[in-house]
Amino acid sequence: MTEVKNILLVGVGGQGTILASKILSTGLMEAGYDVKMSEIHGMSQRGGSVTTQVRFGEEVYSPIIGKGEADILVSFEVMEALRWLDHLKPNGKMVINDYKIPSVPILTGKKNYPKGVIDRIKEKVDTTVLNAAKIAEELGNVRTMNIVLLGSLVKAMGLEGIDWEEIIQKTVKEKFVHMNIKALKAGMERL
Amino acid sequence: MKKLLTGNEAVARGVYEAGITFAAAYPGTPSTEILENIAPYKEEIIAEWAPNEKVALESAIGASIVGARAFAAMKQVGVNVAADPLFSFAYTGCNGGIVLVSADEPGIHSSQNEQDNRMYAKFAKIPMLEPSNSQEAKDMVKDAIKISEMYDTIVLLRMTTRICHSKSLVELGEREEVGKKPYNKNPQKYATTPAYARKMRVRVEERIKKLKSFTEETPLNYFEWNKKKIGIISSGVAYQHAKEVFGKSASYLKLGFTFPLPMEKIKAFAAKVQTLYVIEEVEPYMEEQIKAMGIKCIGKEKIPNIGELNADIIRKGLLEEEKPLIECDTSDLVGRPPTLCAGCPHRGLFYELSKKKNIIVTGDIGCYGLGVADPLNAVDTVICMGASVSAGHGAQKALSKHGDHMRAVSVIGDSTFFHTGMNSLLDIAYNQSNTVTVILDNRTTGMTGHQENPGTGYTLQGEKTKEIDIPTLCRAIGIDHVKVVNPLKLEEVKTALNEALNLDEPSVIITRWPCVLKKHSDLDIDEFGDYKGLCEVDKDQCIGCKKCINTGCPALHFDKESKTVKIDKVQCVGCEVCVQVCPVHAIKKVGE
Ligand code: SF4
Ligand code: SF4
Repeated sequence: MTEVKNILLVGVGGQGTILASKILSTGLMEAGYDVKMSEIHGMSQRGGSVTTQVRFGEEVYSPIIGKGEADILVSFEVMEALRWLDHLKPNGKMVINDYKIPSVPILTGKKNYPKGVIDRIKEKVDTTVLNAAKIAEELGNVRTMNIVLLGSLVKAMGLEGIDWEEIIQKTVKEKFVHMNIKALKAGMERL
Repeated sequence: MKKLLTGNEAVARGVYEAGITFAAAYPGTPSTEILENIAPYKEEIIAEWAPNEKVALESAIGASIVGARAFAAMKQVGVNVAADPLFSFAYTGCNGGIVLVSADEPGIHSSQNEQDNRMYAKFAKIPMLEPSNSQEAKDMVKDAIKISEMYDTIVLLRMTTRICHSKSLVELGEREEVGKKPYNKNPQKYATTPAYARKMRVRVEERIKKLKSFTEETPLNYFEWNKKKIGIISSGVAYQHAKEVFGKSASYLKLGFTFPLPMEKIKAFAAKVQTLYVIEEVEPYMEEQIKAMGIKCIGKEKIPNIGELNADIIRKGLLEEEKPLIECDTSDLVGRPPTLCAGCPHRGLFYELSKKKNIIVTGDIGCYGLGVADPLNAVDTVICMGASVSAGHGAQKALSKHGDHMRAVSVIGDSTFFHTGMNSLLDIAYNQSNTVTVILDNRTTGMTGHQENPGTGYTLQGEKTKEIDIPTLCRAIGIDHVKVVNPLKLEEVKTALNEALNLDEPSVIITRWPCVLKKHSDLDIDEFGDYKGLCEVDKDQCIGCKKCINTGCPALHFDKESKTVKIDKVQCVGCEVCVQVCPVHAIKKVGE
């Protein structure tokens, strides 16, 4: 494979996009690809929008994905999917977590959370919607929502051949390994 | 062994492998993680948070002078603070090799300005290296140390956000143990008194001459020949973006050593290619020097000097190509401005300040800069680190002089107070303005991700240490009215503010409560206990007045349908600030 693939994970500070992309990049690295990963955030710990970008292939140059370049966009939050839509290739894939986090102007009642976002996006691109929060909750911990989404990404990109369980074992704390593996599998199945 | 490392992690590894034994920094995005990743090498390296960048560099200079390999790191604006020692040390030269990292932030993700610190190398006349990925970031620390010792000078390693924070593959190496060089007393070399400095000035020029030959020979600057229709001169992350766009369709002169520039190499390259592009992020640092040599090239007329560079910008600017994009109605997208966290201890103070009329609030760099934002709108100015206190002083003096009754209130964090706010408070005590200085002591350095500082009782490498007592310090500086309050108790804050504003003398209010995101140290647990809990709104009692919403807590949500407020259980920590502002007592603490 010579062509560079671009994966974009977007969400809100605190949703675990960074851990998900860390596992992803480690897996890709161990599979022998050249990998570059970039976190893009300002003061994101304070509720801002966060994206992590992973590029892999035989040789990767720029660490960032431009507009119209992502092969897949996994949005951890509904409105963020719309915000980053222009970074997706016109024939790229969209995975949306049906989970809303209102931002401050919405919380204070000054603005409304945009309506019909998912339908709007579905009209334009190949879109998969899943409720990762619910899936993760059923598994026993909402916090593994990020790994559920990682699972669906792995499936969508056809990366099942990599030993993800081993990578999870290496990256997360021992007591969370089992739960994360379950979450990953659930994400792969539900796509 | 190969590992995926960020540029910052790679620099830390480079510091380890280069046999450096002393490293210091002040945290600042995008440079913070460098020192955090050096800290674990406790056996080999002393790693310290300094109270500011000037101190960080000066301590590294001291280590170098006595013969140790030394290192300092800071963000772009930090170099401004450290510029004073930097320019003098550029004259004296070093003993143990020494590297200074400047992590610049094109695009201003979380700084107060966008500055291209490559200018500093030229200005201070010191050699500069620019890595373009993590592997180079690591290797160049080692190269820089060698150059430093070879040419008797501090070396600037200039990084940018995208190099600092993106991960790429790095081959790890072993540490080279070099020990310490002997120190020989030599004031003619290390004392910049005028008589000696004038001699040093001449040596600086001689050194530049030698470096000019070095830059022509070093493999850090190399050609990559492909088709010769287009030739590209580039450095740092810009080189990667350029390769992304042009790939093998152009030839490159990749520059890793960028001060002084290899003018002969550049001339030779320019002569062989048809069209020459200079692709660089932010300022035309290379382009200006290249054009001054009479070489024709295209650069900033096609590529903007504002903001972070990427492949799209290059593609658009130089090739006039644009990728097809998905079009979708995004007119109702709502922004996601950063905000003070739910339960942030600064909220209580800002809420009270926002109700005060006829005051100017001079703010500073840190989370509390967010006091500028809606709905608190409490802060008027943010200049640079430590400036709030002195700006408040100047404002107050001018207001009083002109018979204006407006009052100045300065807000500054604990870490920022130690950084340079202390000096400013001394100015207030000395020149007696009746300003109110509020020190927001959240027991950590909040904005950059919870680093220790002289007030927290711990060092970067986890040792217990002296904890500076801010009230005592303020009194020692010469402030007589010093009050410590709990910022979560609004009455207490209000009373303290009113008292202070009624004084005809300078005063200090210290709001002392830990940042909610901070992992509590033993000292914190002793002092503050386990205070966290949960609050709830009784929806039958809530009258939808939005008073609580005006505190700006992101855990509070106004529900348009029921016209009542709801509290998000996941975010709320039960700080009870909202409880105190609700006029009908609809909010209650429901759990510990
Ligand atoms: S990180 Fe700490 S200090 Fe900063 S906004 Fe959040 S609670 Fe406040
Ligand atoms: S108690 Fe009120 S102000 Fe404090 S975190 Fe909870 S909702 Fe926010």
